[in-house]
Formats: sequence, C-alpha cells, structure tokens
Amino acid sequence: MLGSGSAKDGTEHWWAQRVTAVALLILGSWFLISIMRLDSFAYDSMVDWAGRPFNSVMLLLLSLTLAWHSALGVQVVIEDYVYGPFIKVVSLLLNRFAHAFLAIAAVVAILKIALGDS
Amino acid sequence: MNKTGRPLSPHLTIYRWPITMTLSILHRVTGVALSVGLLALVVWLESIAFGADAYAMVAGLMDTIIGKLLLLGWSFAFFFHFSNGIRHLFWDVGMGFELRQANASAWFVVLASVLLTAVYWFTV
Repeated sequence: MLGSGSAKDGTEHWWAQRVTAVALLILGSWFLISIMRLDSFAYDSMVDWAGRPFNSVMLLLLSLTLAWHSALGVQVVIEDYVYGPFIKVVSLLLNRFAHAFLAIAAVVAILKIALGDS
Repeated sequence: MNKTGRPLSPHLTIYRWPITMTLSILHRVTGVALSVGLLALVVWLESIAFGADAYAMVAGLMDTIIGKLLLLGWSFAFFFHFSNGIRHLFWDVGMGFELRQANASAWFVVLASVLLTAVYWFTV
C-alpha cells in the first residue's frame, strides 16, 4: 500500500493509544478523587468501597483500560530500545503476557470483592 | 575547519537544552513508572480480595517510608503523564505546534503536575 510505510500498520496502535488515553483522563481522575474522599483505609471500608456496583464498574474499566494503554506504551519502548530480533520478539511477547495477566488478575480480584458476601 | 567563526551545527558546547526535550523524555519515563504502578494497583486490589491479613500486609508496606515515597512518585508520575498527555492530544488535533506555544505549554505542564501533586497530598 502506498503511503503506509514499510511496516504497513500502526494506525490501530496509534488510535487505540489515544482512545485509551482519553478514557484514562476520566477513569484516573475518578480513582484519585474516590480514594481521596474515603474516610478510612481500614479493610472493611475498602471492601465496602470496592464492592459498590458503580465503584466495581469503574475499577474494572480503569484496570482494563490501564492495562491496554500500558501494554501499548511499553510495546513502543521495547520496539525503540531492544535490539536483536530474538530478544525483541521475546520482550514483546512477555509484554503482552504480563499485561494480559495483570488485566485478568484485576478483573478476578474486583469481581471477587463485588460478588463475595463479605 | 571553522574559518568563518560561526558556530557549527550541531555544536554541543553552545547547545541550549530545550525544555520540550526534557518533557518528551519525562513522558516516557513516567509512562514506564506508571506501568509498574499498574502492577502495584493489581497487588493492592488482590490483597483486598484475598482478605484482611493480605490487605494488612500490603497496607503495612504502603505505610513505610519507601512505600510512601513510591506512592508520592506514582502520584507525580500520574499528574505529569496526565497533563502532558493532554498536551499531546492537543498536538494530535494540530494545535499548539508553534515553538512559543510548545515551550509555554511545557512549563505549564511542569507547573500543573507539581501543583496537582502538592494539592493532592495536602487534601488526601
């Protein structure tokens, strides 16, 4: 394709990075303000806070969007600084795996808090 | 080799480091720092899910000097990446590319991220 460079892609990566960035402006602000307004950081109040339906939804959105945005960002850093085809591919794979793991771990934790009867 | 007496380009000894370059590097550094912060966020969420003992351990770690310094660093990294991210989004729609504008927005981002971090820790 003419005009798409030697890599032939990148638009989707670029666009996803912007979409997640805008989402994180909202989700990140919500998280910090919500934490700031907590009266107590005791265990019971944390379970209560994270278990409220709206907070659970926001925490899920935050974790998944953050993991996505982070994976895209770290990918660019690896592509820029890691030389050698083998180590580069291994790093890129590990980046995806690590972020997928963190995303799923966050989902499981949030759902466990939200659906648990504690 | 420099018969005219004029500076060669690039001439590193008279090169004035632009603030925009510092911010470009810091955007990447804070981004990577926040990726590590994501790991901490997940550990923190998991500890709440695991139960009171696990949460007490993570909360205890957060309460140490190193823990507090890390939280302070992550909050600054967030506010910086947040402010400079907005600056990048303006560039993406073609605004603020003039040198004067880019320098002004750079200093605004520095000021905003330091102020936001300070205000956050004074009100939290």
